[in-house]
Amino acid sequence: MLKIFVTKDNLPNLVGRLMDGATVLGPVKEGEAHRFRPLKKAADLDLSYQNSRLSPKDLVHPHSDAMFAFSLKKDDPEAGILKELPRSADKRLVLGIRPCDAKAFRLVDVNFLTDTYRDPWWEARREATVLVGLGCSRPCRSCFCTAVGTGPFDETALDVLMTELEDGYLLKAVTEKGEALLRDAPQAEAATDERMQKAEGIAEEAARKISKPFVTEPIKDKPQTELFSAEFWEEVQFACINCGTCTYLCPTCWCFDIQDEVHGEEGVRLRLWDSCMFPLFTLHGSGHNPRNQKLQRVRQRFMHKFKYYVDKYGDGPACVGCGRCVQYCPVNIDIRRVVAMMSASCVCPT
Amino acid sequence: MPKVVTNDNPYLPHMGTIREIIQETPNIKTFRIVLDDPEEMAAFRFEPGQVGQLSVFGVGESTFVINSPPTRREYLQFSVMKTGEVTRALHRLSEGDPIGVRAPLGNSFPVDELKGKDILFVGGGIGMAPLRTLLLTMADRREEFGDITVIYGARSPQDLCYRYEFDEWKAAGVNLILTVDREFPGWEERVGFVPTVLAEEAPSPFNRVAITCGPPIMIKFVLAGLKELGYEDDQILTTLERRMKCGIGLCGRCNIGDTYVCVDGPVFSNTQLRRMVSEL
Repeated sequence: MLKIFVTKDNLPNLVGRLMDGATVLGPVKEGEAHRFRPLKKAADLDLSYQNSRLSPKDLVHPHSDAMFAFSLKKDDPEAGILKELPRSADKRLVLGIRPCDAKAFRLVDVNFLTDTYRDPWWEARREATVLVGLGCSRPCRSCFCTAVGTGPFDETALDVLMTELEDGYLLKAVTEKGEALLRDAPQAEAATDERMQKAEGIAEEAARKISKPFVTEPIKDKPQTELFSAEFWEEVQFACINCGTCTYLCPTCWCFDIQDEVHGEEGVRLRLWDSCMFPLFTLHGSGHNPRNQKLQRVRQRFMHKFKYYVDKYGDGPACVGCGRCVQYCPVNIDIRRVVAMMSASCVCPT
Repeated sequence: MPKVVTNDNPYLPHMGTIREIIQETPNIKTFRIVLDDPEEMAAFRFEPGQVGQLSVFGVGESTFVINSPPTRREYLQFSVMKTGEVTRALHRLSEGDPIGVRAPLGNSFPVDELKGKDILFVGGGIGMAPLRTLLLTMADRREEFGDITVIYGARSPQDLCYRYEFDEWKAAGVNLILTVDREFPGWEERVGFVPTVLAEEAPSPFNRVAITCGPPIMIKFVLAGLKELGYEDDQILTTLERRMKCGIGLCGRCNIGDTYVCVDGPVFSNTQLRRMVSEL
């Protein structure tokens, strides 16, 4: 696959060229945090970022997404007929996405694109999106990607992997889509052996810096029921306030709600992010709630990511180690510690 | 990514019209619905136990079992208890009103495996709805099944659904045992909770499958009662209820462990239930 080198001075020209062919989204600084936004000009792109506060999952699975529109006008012969709204599936390129966040799309694909049902919105946006990733040479202290089967330079979910060198970026095509992008890159220089060796060194060094706070293998072999009834959940859930921050920031949390919203005589059917942290998530019409207790909701989140997903798909865990939930949990619940407890737990027969 | 199976939008309801509404009990109505496209209606196929999502435009969608049997296809029947926003809106609808239908969804009763067996239905209140589709399937294919006994209970006589067709069930050779929680003037059938009547009747587990649905507390005691009578886990079927949104296994809220009730259920054997995490 094609590899090229672009100097830092020439990068804006490359970004400009990419912007000619597609909407380019990249990390843009807004206040204290970075967020993926459509670039208006090449200079808006800030590749010096560590990671975005919100994961880029909203690029494919927006927080609030109108699915259908309908009229409720009395005399309208089409009243009540749901009309599918155009799915925004213009060609897009996400520039500078971290390998972990790209991997998250892969992990969520298996939920939205099944053998029986395919989510048309997820599918259209995924197909329209090219991912140009930026390897993580300065991982955060809360990163643990290598413990969950990915890594700071994992290229498996990317179309192009970028590595930052001192004087420029080494760009490596991973897929045909990526190769096509690089083929007509302006002012591209050769990816010399020296540059490639440097890039390899940077990737190895980054991986070494990331801690591996737990092993997931033992969890695979434990029955769901055993982990479910383990005593440590009591301790894990104690401080949780069910705020849902972890689920909203998480790149692999996909759960959503569907609601009808009516303004006057016009209505839309929306899908909105939802969270297993909220009691309403599972509340029955009858008043019965299978996850009435905070403990049940906290347990669901960790069990889904590290046990149910793994059992259902034979893949995973459904976590990419981005560390957002660790950084932003208001009561300092640390998923690394919880998974270590799951891994070490034993409900021993008494 | 897995290969494309269909280009249809699985969230888009089929348009239907309410042909008939039956007031079953003070808070349960039955809706008989016909799909507007005659070709779609003629081509509609489902298995007993499968569910559908009904849409009230501007209010939302909820999941209900299709309680008419696949052997009778002039309309699709749903029974709805008034409990929340969508069900209240459904109860406000009139005959001739449009309604959205996404169906069939979920799994179904293993009808072929039940052939040649004696059957025991144990239902409580609105829980009779999922049993009705299978009961009428069996009534319409009567010679394929052995004894059919139904124990059906509700709080009071006026809380029993489908009263107008009890005679039809009996005429099809169904041994129908009705019970209500306490004495009522004019009530000449059994009095007592469903699990108590089950223990009194004690239908033999030999070559029999028990199928139960009702309020969670009833199911709990019925399962214990069946075990007492000698029923093995694989001789007991039930249908589970969960809050659902998408109905197609994507929105993530109806899971019990790695099982999604909307696509892997709603029908489960007790063998399956016992392997699941206890989060009913």
